[in-house]
Amino acid sequence: MDLSAINPVLLIASLMVAATPILLAGIGELVVERAGVLNLGVEGMMITGAICGFAIAVNTGSPALGFVAAAGGGALLSLLFALLTQYALANQVASGLALTLFGLGLSSLLGQGYVGIKPPPTDRLDIPVLTDLPVVGRILFGHDLMVYFGIALVALVWAFLKYTRAGLILRAVGESHDAAHALGYKVKRIRVMAIMFGGACAGLGGAYISLVRVPQWTEGMTAGAGWIALALVVFASWKPWRVLIGAYLFGGVTVLQLNLQAAGLAIPVEYLSMSPYLITILVLVIMSADKSRAPASLGRIFHASQ
Amino acid sequence: MLKRTFLTTAAVALAMAATGGAALAQEKTKVGFVYVGPIGDGGWTHEHDVGRRAVEEEFGDKVETVYVENVPEGPDAERVMTQMALDGADLIFTTSFGYMDPTINVAKKFPDVKFEHATGYKTAENVGTYSARFYEGRAVQGLIAGEMTESNIIGYIGSYPIPEVIRGINSAYIHAKKVNPDVEFKIVWAFTWFDPAKEADAAKVLIEQGADVILQHTDSTAPQAAAEAAGNVYTFGQASDMAEFAPKPRISSIIDNWAPYYIEQVKAVMDGTWKSEQTWDGIGPGMVGIGEITDAVPAEVKEEALALKDRIASGEYHPFTGPLKKQDGSDWLAEGETADDGTLLGMNFFVEGIEGEIPQ
Repeated sequence: MDLSAINPVLLIASLMVAATPILLAGIGELVVERAGVLNLGVEGMMITGAICGFAIAVNTGSPALGFVAAAGGGALLSLLFALLTQYALANQVASGLALTLFGLGLSSLLGQGYVGIKPPPTDRLDIPVLTDLPVVGRILFGHDLMVYFGIALVALVWAFLKYTRAGLILRAVGESHDAAHALGYKVKRIRVMAIMFGGACAGLGGAYISLVRVPQWTEGMTAGAGWIALALVVFASWKPWRVLIGAYLFGGVTVLQLNLQAAGLAIPVEYLSMSPYLITILVLVIMSADKSRAPASLGRIFHASQ
Repeated sequence: MLKRTFLTTAAVALAMAATGGAALAQEKTKVGFVYVGPIGDGGWTHEHDVGRRAVEEEFGDKVETVYVENVPEGPDAERVMTQMALDGADLIFTTSFGYMDPTINVAKKFPDVKFEHATGYKTAENVGTYSARFYEGRAVQGLIAGEMTESNIIGYIGSYPIPEVIRGINSAYIHAKKVNPDVEFKIVWAFTWFDPAKEADAAKVLIEQGADVILQHTDSTAPQAAAEAAGNVYTFGQASDMAEFAPKPRISSIIDNWAPYYIEQVKAVMDGTWKSEQTWDGIGPGMVGIGEITDAVPAEVKEEALALKDRIASGEYHPFTGPLKKQDGSDWLAEGETADDGTLLGMNFFVEGIEGEIPQ
């Protein structure tokens, strides 16, 4: 075993990259669930975002436009879910699963002409002095903008839910849509907006995989990241900062276990492979030992007449 | 379909439909393909689909092909195969190692349907197996990798610890070591055939730990993209040519060429001459191809690699030729002795010099 082969600075830097897709998708889903809607279509929205972002970035040559398109594509797909569940009053679990299947199919259709093409590179942040600092420079200042955007988004969502009136209303809709409705809030409108926000975030997460982390288009390339994001929200007990911790933990252990394997650590590889899941769940379960619980109206269908 | 006709129409109509249907079925041979990844993976599944399209082109109207992508290795595979058999498939190709037991199980239920399982070792009356001697290509790859590495660290992304993958690692290592005695292999097991994000991570980790040549036994082109982003790292196309990454990082490739075999087997089913066989062909018969060695490789290395390829193709040289020892130092092959197919098919040990354990 040669642990000295592992460079902690590079490890932390790549951990942040590995965590960003599930962080973005997770924080979006958190807002959706806090509004009382369970959207299991995260995987489908991510992969749709991945191809939308990829296609636009390739055609325009601008990764920034690609990310905008990814958010748009994810939001558009989630609108389908919103129509089904909020207006047609369809079952949310079934609609969400259908959305994932639909998204996977749609993305491979859209992606037909994009296999084997290279996307334009996404620029890394390069602040003169700061990025050149030893250790912290590479960890803190050497990433592309989406990494910082992900962290900023967590802070924004946290502040929004905790300190703003709109956030309070959103939580009210998630806890008791009947009471919120009685107070005159537009339950459906609020939920549709939350669903679209979740779709946009999932789309960004998907595009981060296809434009930065891999970077190329392959069918089915999200390979389950959406499901991990969903699980993350539950184990983070619907709290923004815990989603961040969970995502970084998951990304961190994923990268670490590959590093340990390459360094020849004498732990059976099977244990290393399952470790990201185990450790993330364990830590978040221990953290949620307080009285946190799911939004009371989560997954329930709302109709003004009932 | 016949059943429905029976329920809705008169007996006369049924008789007509039945003869009509039977005549149609005789005209067209239905061939099913079960894929482990998407056909757009740019690697393993892509090449099987190229084979499928070659079958369609060869036989035109006489054949109908169906395929299902992204079939997990396990009970789901059994369901997909059963459905194909029920839909009237005459021949089903199951194209991943993990479909072995499901194929055998389903084959028992449909004795009239022929099955062809890729890379496995279990056969039955109506189940044949086929695989390519990828390790022959790995030998050529190992030689080039050993010559090209500056850091003397070669990264290897393994999928699952099965004999096929272990053979590849051993063969590449033996031939890298021959041309570069200081070479070291760092092996990462991804435990997946296809997960671009994970494959990219694995490649990045290996590069961060000093590897400047990456060999992969996973199906996507993600490691190629990671190597390209890193700069001075060389890779090889896996299963498919992956020429879009040439001339660098991809400096050569192993190409699986299934088309001739698929055409031959479909023909045998049509003629009624199909029988269960274990086919294992290499560079010689053309089942394994070596993709163009690019100009990033010095001319003399290229020459050396092509010479090795020719010697393997002609049967003059076997990649597993003694003296060779196992990882634990015990003797395996004596001077001049070559490995028999039985040992190779069940290979579950590293050769001497490779560090790390095989996950059991």
